[in-house]
Amino acid sequence: MEPDKLSIRQLHQELIDKKISAAELAKFFLDKIKKEDSKIRSFITITEELALKQAKMADEIIAKGNEELPLVGGIPCAIKDNILIDGIRCTSASKILESYTAPYDATVVKKLKDQGAVILGKTNMDEFAMGSSTENSAFFVTRNPRDTSRVPGGSSGGSAAAVAADFCKFSLGSDTGGSIRQPASFCGVAGLKPTYGAVSRYGVMAFASSLDQIGPFAKNSEDCQVVFDAIKGRDPLDSTSLDTVESQEELNLKNLRIGVPKEYFVSGMDKDVEKTIKSAIEKYEKMGAKIVEVSLPHTEYALPCYYIIATAEASANLARYDGIKYGSSEVNNPEVKDLLGVYIKSREKYFGSEVKRRIMLGTYVLSSGYYDAYYKRAQKVRTLIKNDFEKALSQADILLTPVSPTLPFKIGEKMDDPLSMYLSDIYTISVNLAGVGALSLPAGWVDLPSGRLPVGMQLIAKPFEEKKMFQAAAAFEKIN
Amino acid sequence: MISEGEIEHIAKLSRLEFSEDKLEKFQKEFSAILEYVESLEKADIEGVEPMSHSIKVSNAFREDDPEDQGTRLNDNKKLLDAAPESKGDYLKSKSVF
Repeated sequence: MEPDKLSIRQLHQELIDKKISAAELAKFFLDKIKKEDSKIRSFITITEELALKQAKMADEIIAKGNEELPLVGGIPCAIKDNILIDGIRCTSASKILESYTAPYDATVVKKLKDQGAVILGKTNMDEFAMGSSTENSAFFVTRNPRDTSRVPGGSSGGSAAAVAADFCKFSLGSDTGGSIRQPASFCGVAGLKPTYGAVSRYGVMAFASSLDQIGPFAKNSEDCQVVFDAIKGRDPLDSTSLDTVESQEELNLKNLRIGVPKEYFVSGMDKDVEKTIKSAIEKYEKMGAKIVEVSLPHTEYALPCYYIIATAEASANLARYDGIKYGSSEVNNPEVKDLLGVYIKSREKYFGSEVKRRIMLGTYVLSSGYYDAYYKRAQKVRTLIKNDFEKALSQADILLTPVSPTLPFKIGEKMDDPLSMYLSDIYTISVNLAGVGALSLPAGWVDLPSGRLPVGMQLIAKPFEEKKMFQAAAAFEKIN
Repeated sequence: MISEGEIEHIAKLSRLEFSEDKLEKFQKEFSAILEYVESLEKADIEGVEPMSHSIKVSNAFREDDPEDQGTRLNDNKKLLDAAPESKGDYLKSKSVF
């Protein structure tokens, strides 16, 4: 048996049948990480002790046999380093939290722990989830396991790379503007950005609270669904979380209307990406789905709208890093004379340049005299974007789009041009503004002289219709 | 292009500062980004309501219960331990003035 090649359900069966123990499984993946992660660098922290404790718990449930082992029980996983695990260092890949220890479990972590999931470690990311390549980590760059000269995407690049490199069966990431879907696409794995409110955000370090959502990465849509089912649901500790009411009807591909937004197939898209996505659309058509052209007329405003709203919220959320309450501090710097000095010197020294850029932009758009022209206008444009999606999703059951306009780019390629980095999120950002859910899954591969690179497609459904996306994805995976 | 003075003002509001050598580069990048987001000016927002959340949320209240503070934190000492400086049950900071 090769544990890294089996699905979560298959591994679950192996565990129940006692063909392998959770402890052996944990050791298999921990060894693999120790041997191979030096080439990829997907982990910031390895949590071996916690992993073995969780594995023991799963093995005890199996040994007793009087209690059902949850599907994620005994399954090795990784957690993005902006999600709290009690007693474990949590850095958000920032120097300002380099030696911060989480004082409690995030709700998603508590749910995974309670179900016996085996947490192997914390994964690398862009600092405070701000970036699209994981190059903004204050510690090191993560490499794409499909081609180590390229980025894994971001901001959840470590979580995507860990799944692609078979260091774990699934991982959690966070998605504010594409931070799960774009790295899933770049690394050739599946990643879900759930509907806003479907998963509790309690215990995830806030970036833009009206856009942030936690979601899973896995090798395929079925595994993603298993993890989504394990972490979703209303949480009294997050007042924006809701219970999902799922339709029980089975999806029939013959009745499925797939909407293709015409604004997403204009200029600026890589030719190989376009070809792969168009071929995926044809495959759905051959399976009997009806392809309909839909329009998202305010697409051109999504990116500027996002960069106003997300940075405005970030500038408020990141005010908590002040050198007083927690994190790295300049309080003992002899040049610092007063409280304001502690704030300014600590933030100046320990925040990275992209984080500073976004705090500055957010502060600017909220500042006196500019609020109406920027922030309030962006909130109105957001309504227009949400209305676009409501209309398009009344004409189609699911929308199918590219995830990223380009193939995974080279490490260093976009680091000197923040604006061109922002443009790599052009197809993912609207989904967060509208609050709908979206699944990124491999659509195909492109052969380059240097090797094969994955291309991801995005399925988008109405709020809380994750099940429909999973069913449509599974149908595609069966024939692809 | 946004002026150096304006950047210094926003930096002050942001509790940040930029050294002389970094200011010029930042000014250029920041101006380019501002110019980009200004493209929203073209959007027709006449009669459109602003939105802050994609789902309908209203204020959620809980009972004022000293045992249930709406958190999973079970030990306040963990918060004090996280602070760069504390004394007794208090966080310690430099003087305000």
